[in-house]
Amino acid sequence: MSTNDGKFGDYGGQYVPEALMPAIEELADAYERYAVENEDGFLDEFRCRLRDFGGRPTPLQRAERLSERYGREVYLKREDLVHGGAHKLNNALGQVLLAKYMGKERIIAETGAGQHGTATAMACAHLGLDCEVYMGTRDINRQRPNVFRMRLNGAAVNPVSVGRGTLKEAISETMRDWATNVEDTHYVIGSVVGPHPFPSLVRDFQAVISEEAREQIRTRAGTLPDSVLACAGGGSNTMGAFARFLDDEGVDLYAVEAGGSSLDVDEEAGVAPNSASLTTGSEGVLHGARTKLLQDRHGQIMESHSVSSGLDYAGVGPELAHLVDAGRVTPVNVDDDAAISAFHRLSQLEGIIPALETAHAFGYLEDAGEDLGETVIVNVSGRGDKDLESVIEETAKRDVKNAPDLDVFAGGTGGLR
Amino acid sequence: MSRVPEAFAAGPAFVPYLAVGDPDYESSLEYVEALARGGADVIELGLPFSEPVAEGPTIQSAVVRSLEAGMTPERFFGFVEELDVDAPLVCMTYYNLIYRFGDERGPEPFVRRAAEVGIDGFVVPDLPAEESDPLRAACDAHDRDLIFIVAPTTRGERLERIMERVSGYVYVQARLGTTGARADVSDQTDASLARLADWDVPKAVGFGISTGEHAERVVAAGADGVIVGSALVDIVADGHENDAATSDVAARLEEKARELKAGARRGAEQRVPHPERT
Repeated sequence: MSTNDGKFGDYGGQYVPEALMPAIEELADAYERYAVENEDGFLDEFRCRLRDFGGRPTPLQRAERLSERYGREVYLKREDLVHGGAHKLNNALGQVLLAKYMGKERIIAETGAGQHGTATAMACAHLGLDCEVYMGTRDINRQRPNVFRMRLNGAAVNPVSVGRGTLKEAISETMRDWATNVEDTHYVIGSVVGPHPFPSLVRDFQAVISEEAREQIRTRAGTLPDSVLACAGGGSNTMGAFARFLDDEGVDLYAVEAGGSSLDVDEEAGVAPNSASLTTGSEGVLHGARTKLLQDRHGQIMESHSVSSGLDYAGVGPELAHLVDAGRVTPVNVDDDAAISAFHRLSQLEGIIPALETAHAFGYLEDAGEDLGETVIVNVSGRGDKDLESVIEETAKRDVKNAPDLDVFAGGTGGLR
Repeated sequence: MSRVPEAFAAGPAFVPYLAVGDPDYESSLEYVEALARGGADVIELGLPFSEPVAEGPTIQSAVVRSLEAGMTPERFFGFVEELDVDAPLVCMTYYNLIYRFGDERGPEPFVRRAAEVGIDGFVVPDLPAEESDPLRAACDAHDRDLIFIVAPTTRGERLERIMERVSGYVYVQARLGTTGARADVSDQTDASLARLADWDVPKAVGFGISTGEHAERVVAAGADGVIVGSALVDIVADGHENDAATSDVAARLEEKARELKAGARRGAEQRVPHPERT
């Protein structure tokens, strides 16, 4: 079930420069041998390191005040408690370990919000490999704490200033580095995107989320959930939270995308002010895979937008695109305003400061009607420490009814800097 | 029919590349025509895509200039119709633009339209042999060539897969990495050419060639042609940044083309018969 030919219905594939194909074939072979067939005890070592270094398993917590607010049983899968503060370590640790089994000496990665970059930097320090992370200049400015964390773990952070300087450009630049240094370097891609085998490989490393959650909910509630909610940018926490529920027909799966400031598109300016590629995108080929994309009528990729760097991407994982077409996953979206509001709500009601990405899932929990059913799991994909500066700024721009007064800190000294 | 094979029949081919519409439509027409006057045997016309993952900084910037000046696939085809050159024309672009063109999904509408306006073949840097069958079929249906890139890392079964599908010429990538002018010629080139010695399509070497001396050395080493992009795009970029007159930039491109073409010819004269072929 974890192995495939790299196609998910019409989606997926391997659309990359020829120079990378041998490396991708080598990776596909290593994926089968180590990550599927457990050659040399790879999976045993991976699980052991996830436990000791990563802090797994993470709890499935009943959210008492949210359950009361919505009149349904709300459970939180606490990926914010994974070492580093996000689900990203599950994949980064898996891939860096795999690179080590493959004899690679150097790791490169792209990062949007910085969560994947920090996770990769931590995994490289932990396993003793060199690490370079490409990050858009705009994201560097939005996510300064994560830049410092990467540097503290010994990684180089390479700014990418072409285009709007976000995740899309960072991925392109990392692919260029890989095409140059392919012989000794492994590219640790941060989501279920890119050419085969990445979408399957990353899903399998992240599937630990739903593997644990499925057992935990059966133990705690004596039942499977009626629905699972996860935010979706590229879709790694989404696929991780959904993977082991895919065969449970009674479990509805909601991928919550960033509605940004609007679902409308400005073709002239080449801007889609959202990151809702599952909701509004069309089929195309980007970064190695055929998938759903935000693109103009000519096929040029649009600049996406979200208040959350980690969701700000014009594409999405090919398997998610397929699951949406097949009717198994329901794409929904939550705009910037609702996400900020949800950020404050979770902070106040449950004592959990979520990542802005994660806040989108809670925005949908607030909006959704009876469809979600009696028992809901929300994947808390990451914690929000990295977002505090952005949230203070973005809250100040809006009339957020449930926000605390932050003026005293925001004034004069440039926020929390 | 594609006119590419005959362009390689008369000696070493000089194959220049420019991004169409860089820095604007009208100047770009003059620049491509200048390359033809300078001796281009085949011309690679870049149709800019917003995410050019195989390109280095020089061509990335050209893509940005062209897109900002309003280049689209339809305008590209209009450009090709308007272009007054005799050399065969190859369209270099990324697969999404080919796949999305027209009302039906798939490469056929793009290839049909390209054939109508006089494009002879295609190079698609993000389309490896494995994903190329629909485009190969469309090229066959319209008698066009599909050129594949062979990288320094391409070996064994991968070489065979490409050999089965390639037509026109094979684009021999001289070094790992992205496109961009370099100060020297890579040693990887000789090894790559040796791996392709028994292929019956012409072998054109690109990635990093920027001078007549490079062209000479590559052809002397056995290449049937040289592909030059970034060194020419640099001239366009320099003219744009310094507000040079279009005619001056065109003259510089023509002169550079002559230098590269002359280098290729010198290389052919030095060429010793390959031991395996005698």
